[in-house]
Amino acid sequence: MAVLTDRPAAPVAPRADRGPRARVNRILGYAVLIFFGLVFLYPFVIQLGNSFKTEPDAAANPLSPVPDPVTLAGFERIFAGTNFPLWLGNSLLVTVLVTLGRVFFDSLAGYALARLRFRGRAGLFAAVIAVMAVPGVVLLIPKFLVLKQLGLYDSYAGLVVPLLADAAGVFIMKQFFESIPVSVEEAARIDGAGVFRTFWSVVLPMARPALITLTILSFQGSWNEFPHSLVSVQDPHLFTLPRGLADLVSGSLGKGTQYPLKLGAALLATIPVAVLFVIFQRYFVRGANEGADKG
Amino acid sequence: MATEALTAPATTPAGPSRRRRRGIRGNENIAGWLFVAPVIVILGLFLLLPILMALWVSLTDWNGQGSPFTADVPFVGGKNYTRLFTEDGLDRRDFMTSIRNNMYYVGIVVPAQTVLALGLALIVNNRMLKGKGFFRSAFYFPSVTSSVAISVVFLFLFANSGAVNKLLGFLGLDGPEWFADSRGVLHLLLGVVGVDSPPAALTSGGPLGLTWWDWLSGPSVAMMSIICLVIWTTSGTFMLLYLAALQNVPVALDEASTLDGATRWQRFRYVTLPLIKPTTFLVVTLGLIGCWQVFDQVYVMSQGDPAKTTLTPAYLSYRTAFRDFDYGSGAAISFVLFLIIILFTLLQRRVMADRDGSRRGRWWRRRVPEGS
Repeated sequence: MAVLTDRPAAPVAPRADRGPRARVNRILGYAVLIFFGLVFLYPFVIQLGNSFKTEPDAAANPLSPVPDPVTLAGFERIFAGTNFPLWLGNSLLVTVLVTLGRVFFDSLAGYALARLRFRGRAGLFAAVIAVMAVPGVVLLIPKFLVLKQLGLYDSYAGLVVPLLADAAGVFIMKQFFESIPVSVEEAARIDGAGVFRTFWSVVLPMARPALITLTILSFQGSWNEFPHSLVSVQDPHLFTLPRGLADLVSGSLGKGTQYPLKLGAALLATIPVAVLFVIFQRYFVRGANEGADKG
Repeated sequence: MATEALTAPATTPAGPSRRRRRGIRGNENIAGWLFVAPVIVILGLFLLLPILMALWVSLTDWNGQGSPFTADVPFVGGKNYTRLFTEDGLDRRDFMTSIRNNMYYVGIVVPAQTVLALGLALIVNNRMLKGKGFFRSAFYFPSVTSSVAISVVFLFLFANSGAVNKLLGFLGLDGPEWFADSRGVLHLLLGVVGVDSPPAALTSGGPLGLTWWDWLSGPSVAMMSIICLVIWTTSGTFMLLYLAALQNVPVALDEASTLDGATRWQRFRYVTLPLIKPTTFLVVTLGLIGCWQVFDQVYVMSQGDPAKTTLTPAYLSYRTAFRDFDYGSGAAISFVLFLIIILFTLLQRRVMADRDGSRRGRWWRRRVPEGS
């Protein structure tokens, strides 16, 4: 399952990897690998197991992944006793809109910055690079201020519109468009296609790998987005999943244990991104590397 | 720049289509601005404008009522800033406490995640082991999950009778009440060597509103649980960066040094490590930048408690504004934090630019066609 490698593995070099010493090394290697595998995966196993436990069971045997007895009580209370379905709906809505918006707007801007020659392009690109350096966490109060001022506070628009474009996405798309041979679009232009037409039906279809990467990054980013929802809404009916989850833990229920319920809710919130991860791993990896290179 | 190098030859018109081409270029001026307009509007309206608004608010005593841009809002100049640095009081003490907490947090998280990421990358890059793909995914998976959801899991793991304390119990250790324990780790270590009460010299005074003893507390036990969580979630991402770097290390070089009789450690120390130095620099600076932004985990797990030992500047600015309704002060804290983070970012960009000034072209060409 070498899905995560972007490059083909280096050819196996002829070397002395036989003999007793090599065997000891290999066993040691696997031991380390398995140890860290447990460190990184066992918390999820515990989460899964404990979400199907009764409260006393979860409190008494937190390490055991096996519920005894198995109960759906936690999940029943998630759906009956909390606003979970509502949060889920809000999260889906926000994620879909934000992803669509980012993919479309970031591609448009990325294409313009890569290919169209217009006055101010270099300055704009410098601005995009500068904007990428603005840490999101210092924008909490600023975003709240502007949403209040524009009358968007506590509304779906406030939850969605500010996230509809992001500088990093523009950067990724620009880099990609630059790698597509110019001749293709030149041909289309000479055939009389307009700028948008060329972009939409000639260049964009060629940008599939970048579009998938951007879609996944946007989906993951907006699905997990927490601080923005914290400063853009306060009406519990507008909570997204992370916000609702945070409220569940730190709010009224927070001080009680109720761990099966909380772990179950967190589990459900993790599943969509987990599924996406399993299917599209290599795009996640590319996103991570792009994200680092942008700095 | 690479952009120019790429487009220039292609757009230098050749022969017959010259006039037509110019017409298209004329179009492009308008089209270009139309294409970037949505992004400009969104980023301008929700990123640049708000920063300017917050800058104004940080100079006022706005309490959240009405608009901050009316004459009724008292203008206080730089007072919100000076209260953080020069005036003795609760504001400065809280702010300096949050800075102290975050410095210890950075001091542990950055080295630990860098070493762990490199270690994981080395194991996963080992040619002799099978099933590496699975483990690579496993190590990276925590990075892509929701910080809030993961924090909930760690609340459970670090609960008083939770999994971590159970494990410590197997080792014969008595686990602490993680989230209620405000004792500093350095203080605890000093306690082990017999220093139970602070020497008077350290409690009588100190810089910026905290005593020396307070500055030297180390991260609290509660903070350690957040530190564990963050190291656990971010190492995977940095492992990927190291992995990419390791795969670029020429195999021939490794073999040549083997033939020269270098031991495994010598090969790592004198061949691999110098070759991946740029990546190490990247990982460290990205870590520094990220660590000053810790917020979600603090919000979910501890809200700055116990005894303000998990307070960070990011969380403090949020709390000051949205819970104490002192927006001016909160915004001022944000800007100081902004400054800290920007300094690290500039440092990183400066060094990276020096390094790949000559390699830029290769850099994108290497990456983009992959998988296409």
